[in-house]
Amino acid sequence: MAKFKTPFLDELEKGPWPSFVTDIKRQAKTKPELEDLLGQVELSYKDKETHWKHGGIVGVFGYGGGVIGRYSDMPKEFPGVAHFHTVRVNQTGGFYYSTEYLGKIMDMWERRGSGLTNMHGSTGDMVLLGTTTDQLEEIFWELTHDMQTDLGGSGGNLRTPSCCLGMSRCEYSCIDAQAICQEMTMHYQDELHRPAFPYKFKIKVSGCANDCVAAIARSDCAIIGTWKDNIRIDKSAVAAYVNGELKSNAGAHAGRDWGKFDIVKEVVNLCPTGCMSYDGKELTIDDKECTRCMHCINTMPRALRPGVDKGATLLCGAKAPILEGQRLATVIVPFVKTEGTFEEIKEVINKLLDWWMEHGKNRERIGELIGRMGMREMLKATGLPPVPQMVKEPRSNPYIFWEESEVPGGWTRDLAAFRKKHPL
Amino acid sequence: MDIEELKKKIMEWAEKSTKPKFYFKDIGKAAPELGPREIKKAVTALVQEQKLEYWSSGSTTMYGVKGKGITEEAQMGTHEE
Ligand code: SF4
Ligand code: SF4
Repeated sequence: MAKFKTPFLDELEKGPWPSFVTDIKRQAKTKPELEDLLGQVELSYKDKETHWKHGGIVGVFGYGGGVIGRYSDMPKEFPGVAHFHTVRVNQTGGFYYSTEYLGKIMDMWERRGSGLTNMHGSTGDMVLLGTTTDQLEEIFWELTHDMQTDLGGSGGNLRTPSCCLGMSRCEYSCIDAQAICQEMTMHYQDELHRPAFPYKFKIKVSGCANDCVAAIARSDCAIIGTWKDNIRIDKSAVAAYVNGELKSNAGAHAGRDWGKFDIVKEVVNLCPTGCMSYDGKELTIDDKECTRCMHCINTMPRALRPGVDKGATLLCGAKAPILEGQRLATVIVPFVKTEGTFEEIKEVINKLLDWWMEHGKNRERIGELIGRMGMREMLKATGLPPVPQMVKEPRSNPYIFWEESEVPGGWTRDLAAFRKKHPL
Repeated sequence: MDIEELKKKIMEWAEKSTKPKFYFKDIGKAAPELGPREIKKAVTALVQEQKLEYWSSGSTTMYGVKGKGITEEAQMGTHEE
């Protein structure tokens, strides 16, 4: 028998989709404290306000992130969730888990927490929802010693870097996304666990411009695989797509009859830079105009492949809307080789962090700082050269100006000589 | 400035602060001539020594003098606010 009546929550169980309410009710059979969770959440729907207090002081010793204190503002009414802290656990690269590992995580979480999880949070971590203060150090010990797993990031620090599955399974990947993610996670340990940033900072790595981890929309620093040379074309495979022997998009949209594949309509005319042509026999690409968007390659993966001179584009400044609206990232380095321990990437990140730590206001993301101070200031501070890839189109974002020192003769002109040539 | 001296300056500033919790950036006011990296080293040491503590909302982090301002007991509701 349920401890509280939950008419509002019951509504969320209707409809064809899975419901977190059903999950919590099921879990409450073995974890009676979750009855209080249902009761409190129900009340929040009724009162139209949260009954969690804002934040808290919990954490594990020496770490400023990874644990988020959650306290009920009605602990007498809902003692089971008087404290109900969240633990963020560093996910594996590309979300590869063995069943044995997941079993260990769940055993631990059933013993030491509510058993409720959120796989995964938008940063990437495994999010374990609901435990008490006295369990935190024990959880941390088990994770680090028995599962060789660290806590993730939260608060004003580097958030757990995340990546797509990259070269491990995906032939599109131009970089070893998992190796980069691992290296960034290890290299920036101090930034991850000991917060000293104005706000959060996310690094996300996608193997190609399909950007399966949405790095361009969700990370302060996006590392996205690309190539420098020409798209590799297999002419006989192009012909096989045209005459229907090969299914476009590897058959991904085959659930409906879209009619015969039309290379001009579906590939050439949809190229965002208009750099492809098909004369009825041969497909040609003007590679210097190609932005490496992946559209043609996605449509005809057997015929077209990324080039062989591979590396990454670095972008900066995306964020989800909170105080200000959504921002997508801007290209700051069009191409960087991804070799060894990725020192060139770290160098750029270090410069961005130094500039942001010095000038960013409290709760200001780096993208907002660029918006406030200007791209030009960011480029000056980081020493990155302005490049055409930063400009969407002529005159649309003209943030690149000459400095006086860069112009022969500076701003001083012989006005008389000028007027002689250009009389009024 | 040597780290012990900086730690002392930070604690003096923090004890005097009228706010119960403060952002990392504000701690810089204790030694405006130093950069955030140096401040961070001293602050991290003070957290290790349990003189300062972290407070987090999940999205942002603040620092406070341990036991001053919002304490865990207050959060738990055993001390009514
Ligand atoms: S982002 Fe590209 S490389 Fe990574 S999984 Fe997606 S398609 Fe593959
Ligand atoms: S990758 Fe994109 S821009 Fe380049 S040729 Fe293909 S469709 Fe055009």
